[in-house]
Amino acid sequence: MSQPLLSTHALNKSFGGLVAVDDVSIDFEAAKVHAIIGPNGAGKTTLINLLSGDLPPTGGAITFKEHDLTPKKAYAISQLGIGRSYQKTNIFADFTCLQNCWLGAQSRMRTSMRFFRPAKAYNEVRARAERALELCGLTERMDTVASAMSYGEQRQLEIGMMLATEPELLLLDEPLAGMGTDESRQVVALIKRLAKDHTVVLIEHDMDAVFAVADVLTVMVNGRVLATGNPEEIRANSQVQDAYLGTGEEEAT
Amino acid sequence: MTPSRPLLIFLLLALAALAAFPLVGEEFYQGLVTRLMIMGIFAMSLDLLIGFTGLVSFGHAAFFGLSGYLLAILTPEYGPVSIWIALPLCLAGTALAALVIGWFSVRTSGIYFIMITLAFAQMFYYYFNENQDLGGSDGIFIFFKPSVTIGDFQLLDLSNHNTFYYFVLASLVLSYVLLSKILKAPFGQVIRGIQANEARTLALGFNTRKYKLVSFVIAGTLAGFAGFLEASHGGIMSPAHLGWHESGIVMMVVILGGMGTLYGPVLGAFAMGFLQDYFQELWSDHWLLLMGVFVIAVVLFLPNGIAGLVAQLRRGKGGDAP
Ligand SMILES: Nc1ncnc2c1ncn2[C@@H]1O[C@H](COP(=O)(O)OP(=O)(O)OP(=O)(O)O)[C@@H](O)[C@H]1O
Ligand SMILES: [Mg+2]
Repeated sequence: MSQPLLSTHALNKSFGGLVAVDDVSIDFEAAKVHAIIGPNGAGKTTLINLLSGDLPPTGGAITFKEHDLTPKKAYAISQLGIGRSYQKTNIFADFTCLQNCWLGAQSRMRTSMRFFRPAKAYNEVRARAERALELCGLTERMDTVASAMSYGEQRQLEIGMMLATEPELLLLDEPLAGMGTDESRQVVALIKRLAKDHTVVLIEHDMDAVFAVADVLTVMVNGRVLATGNPEEIRANSQVQDAYLGTGEEEAT
Repeated sequence: MTPSRPLLIFLLLALAALAAFPLVGEEFYQGLVTRLMIMGIFAMSLDLLIGFTGLVSFGHAAFFGLSGYLLAILTPEYGPVSIWIALPLCLAGTALAALVIGWFSVRTSGIYFIMITLAFAQMFYYYFNENQDLGGSDGIFIFFKPSVTIGDFQLLDLSNHNTFYYFVLASLVLSYVLLSKILKAPFGQVIRGIQANEARTLALGFNTRKYKLVSFVIAGTLAGFAGFLEASHGGIMSPAHLGWHESGIVMMVVILGGMGTLYGPVLGAFAMGFLQDYFQELWSDHWLLLMGVFVIAVVLFLPNGIAGLVAQLRRGKGGDAP
């Protein structure tokens, strides 16, 4: 196995007495789509929050390339090329779509401690922001205020803002949550497209989507890793079927 | 924020009125308007924090007063101090104080930020209140306005009422233009992002603490500039200039005028000044009571302050960003 791009070692996060992420060691390989699935409350979002620096771990370590992410703040992790989207839409509601993507795009300038030249004169920032809008399919909505858009479009913007920072590793937390079938299909297509030149960590409840795009799957239950493997292995794993997949399939049949 | 055309016309008319005022107004009122323009600069500086960065500072008068005291200390007993010495030192002094206070304050948020800025300002208050060398609770006089000379040539005579008036007017316009530029620049985009959603701004790769600190220092320094003008104008600095009462008044001015607009707080300063005058005549003992009722009414019925009244003229806050 090649050197992983990102890996966690005995990662731990507890909230008071509740252990949300429990001794999690996962290797994420470059250029792969690595999905994390598991029932509600399994600790998937908490794991993403640890990887992105939104929360500090209570134990263990995270390594990205040669960097130790464990003590790093969210902004520093973003600057290393790790972008994330949120399960619970986390946008600038009063800003237009362009403004929403602008900040992410601007964060790739060497510094934003610039006080005199108007922001809109920075063409390279505009180009990045517009490319992100195009990728997430909101070019037409460029000047629409985010809060005036449908929920599905806000979810698209959520992804666009992350893309504006031009990350090489994407952490996607339930990008399809609450989307209609049409929007879902578009976003799945986008993830496939991004997967060609990005490494992706994908959390998703929509199993059809997961099995359509994932190269590797990790199943989490109660904060712990239950199994990791390729889609066939996971589908065939009896433990996984009992804990998670099984219930769904039984209902379906 | 980028003024729409009707708003621009409104602002230019207001500017023309201010420019013409000394030609018609009595000297007493000219002094009052000078004071209100200074208050306008002070309030604008606080608007950068409250209205654009989302930092509710309740100790902003500390910088206003500190700068005034610095001018008092720098002014000799028997003559003026050169503005080329006094102004840079007053601004540097307040910038340094803002850096230190800000360094601690931006580590907190919400109610804790309000409390810590208030606590720092009160420390300044007690220091100057107890310091008998600086006049204690009575304050200290500044007998001479700073001199503005190049070599032996007197560029401006600030002790002349008209000259000082136009000096302050120019300062007001300059402060507005400077802050407008900053808000349109990349830095301004970041602090607006912080105000709207700090967590996401952080996640997008911005060290938000650093940007908040810089905003705090800019606002503090500009408040120091207002304090420098106030001390020159009034000729006295007292602990009251940096107490929580003064911080509260300037905050009221910002809210009354409309935060997040820059020009609103200037309108607020004038509204406050004239209302004070009016209410004092109406009911001299309890004019603050009337003022309180008025402020409550504005907050309830004009959530965007007086600037909100001019709202029809305005293209909306978003018009400014890219
Ligand atoms: N900030 C927090 N404070 C306290 N408890 C938390 C916090 N965040 C998450 N938890 C708890 O940690 C556990 C894991 O939550 P998490 O959101 O990571 O689950 P999840 O796998 O993302 O679930 P879902 O599929 O519903 O999104 C839950 O029991 C949750 O209540
Ligand atoms: Mg979750």
